[in-house]
Amino acid sequence: MDKLIEQFSLGLFFWQLILFVALVLLLKKFAWKPILNAVNDREEGILKALESAENARKEMQNLTADNERILKEARIERDAMLKEAREMKDSIITEAKGEAHAQATKVIEQAKATIESEKHAAIAEIKNQVAELSLEIAEKVMRSELSDKNKQIKLVEEMLKEVKL
Amino acid sequence: MYRINVLKTLTFLIFAITVSVNAANIPDEVNSAEQESPVKNLKTEIKEYINHHLLDSYDFTLYSYTNDAGEHKYIGFPLPVILIDNGLKVFSSSKFHHGEAVAEADGQFYALYHNKIYKTDALGTINYNEEHHATNEKPLDFSITKNVVFIILVGLFMLLIFSRMANSYKNNPMPKGIGRIFEPLILFIRNDIAIPNIGEKHYRKYMSYLLTVFFFIWIINLLGLTPLGVNVTNNIAVTLALALVTYFITTFSGNKNYWKHIFWMPGVPWPMKIILAPIELLGTVIKPFSLMIRLYANITAGHIVLMSIIGLMFIFKNWIGSPLSFGLAFALSLLELLVAALQAYIFTMLSALYFGSAVEEHDHH
Repeated sequence: MDKLIEQFSLGLFFWQLILFVALVLLLKKFAWKPILNAVNDREEGILKALESAENARKEMQNLTADNERILKEARIERDAMLKEAREMKDSIITEAKGEAHAQATKVIEQAKATIESEKHAAIAEIKNQVAELSLEIAEKVMRSELSDKNKQIKLVEEMLKEVKL
Repeated sequence: MYRINVLKTLTFLIFAITVSVNAANIPDEVNSAEQESPVKNLKTEIKEYINHHLLDSYDFTLYSYTNDAGEHKYIGFPLPVILIDNGLKVFSSSKFHHGEAVAEADGQFYALYHNKIYKTDALGTINYNEEHHATNEKPLDFSITKNVVFIILVGLFMLLIFSRMANSYKNNPMPKGIGRIFEPLILFIRNDIAIPNIGEKHYRKYMSYLLTVFFFIWIINLLGLTPLGVNVTNNIAVTLALALVTYFITTFSGNKNYWKHIFWMPGVPWPMKIILAPIELLGTVIKPFSLMIRLYANITAGHIVLMSIIGLMFIFKNWIGSPLSFGLAFALSLLELLVAALQAYIFTMLSALYFGSAVEEHDHH
């Protein structure tokens, strides 16, 4: 210990303290600050780059998923449209068929009705004609028949016979 | 790949040079002594050499040798001596002639004794007390010694390297060149030392100190393993200065909670609070004190052991001794390389831990 104290050099202590503190301050200004800042910046840059890469990857994934979703939707839509078209076609055909059928039925019905009415008219006409004809014949017959008195009485008697009371 | 290879080769070369030149440092002085004296003196000489190495020096000497004429020759250059003794006195350390001469400045005489400057007379008389300690007056000494030179050099080196590294980030998000080696270390200090110990919220303001102290201790410890003879962190003055900074930062960033835990520990009965307060208060000083001693002791021990093992080479002068000494020194150099980083890590880690305790927010009490 004695030797230690004896060896102690105030001058060396003084210079070491002064020079060392100066060295710390100078290095701080010219070296450590710029170096540590550069290293920090770089590390932050790397972190940021990694983060943005990750984000880009996620975005890419989202985009792919989106694309797939859109494709799927489009496919579904197409299918739906096709289905709808088919249904529409079917319904149009059915409708057309129904309408045609109804129309046909109507036409037939009309035709039938026309035929019927024509028939009735024709029959009525025939009846009229027959009645007229009968009347004319009867008139002619009557004229010829009633020219004879006996025959007139005979006829009245016959008719009276037919009437039942 | 090429760079890594170069680095490996360099590291290996530094090892080899460390071991071999540290070894080469010793012989010239030792050889001369050994010619006229027995082994015991050689041991003392090695011990003295080691002790001398551990001390600071007033001139920048790479190595010394004794020439044929028996003179000591030193290879290196002198450094300025700055004394405050009735005014500022500045002169070159070459005036001391490596402790062999008395330096004169403005009518005052100074002499080197055990690597300390003492005030003396024109003849360089040193008075001793009973314990053989010099009793001469010591002037206030702010000399630029070898250690100060290395502190300045390491500081400049760090400024150069790290400001260049900071610049390389300006137009490039990735580090370039040397930054590739240092960035993982900086991130390690941030992610594994600062954030877990201090917390995400407060760690930023301590980063400058933690980074500086880590790289300063590490680089200067590594320099200590080179054959340049640097021994900065095995000076108690240096480790004290570092620990003091940690102490002051801890003390000044202590929040209400921190002081409450020191002076009035919550959750214990009141007589215990009174007993705990001085203990806790002492603890705040002991913590940085342990930092100081740990770093000092580890590096000093490493230097002593490494140099002693190299010194063995000159004691066992046979065919087993030298390779053994070399092998051991080599292995130990590897270990010291680890210790250099480990001590820097521990100092930084514990500083962070203390800062963390100062800014910690307890909600559970």
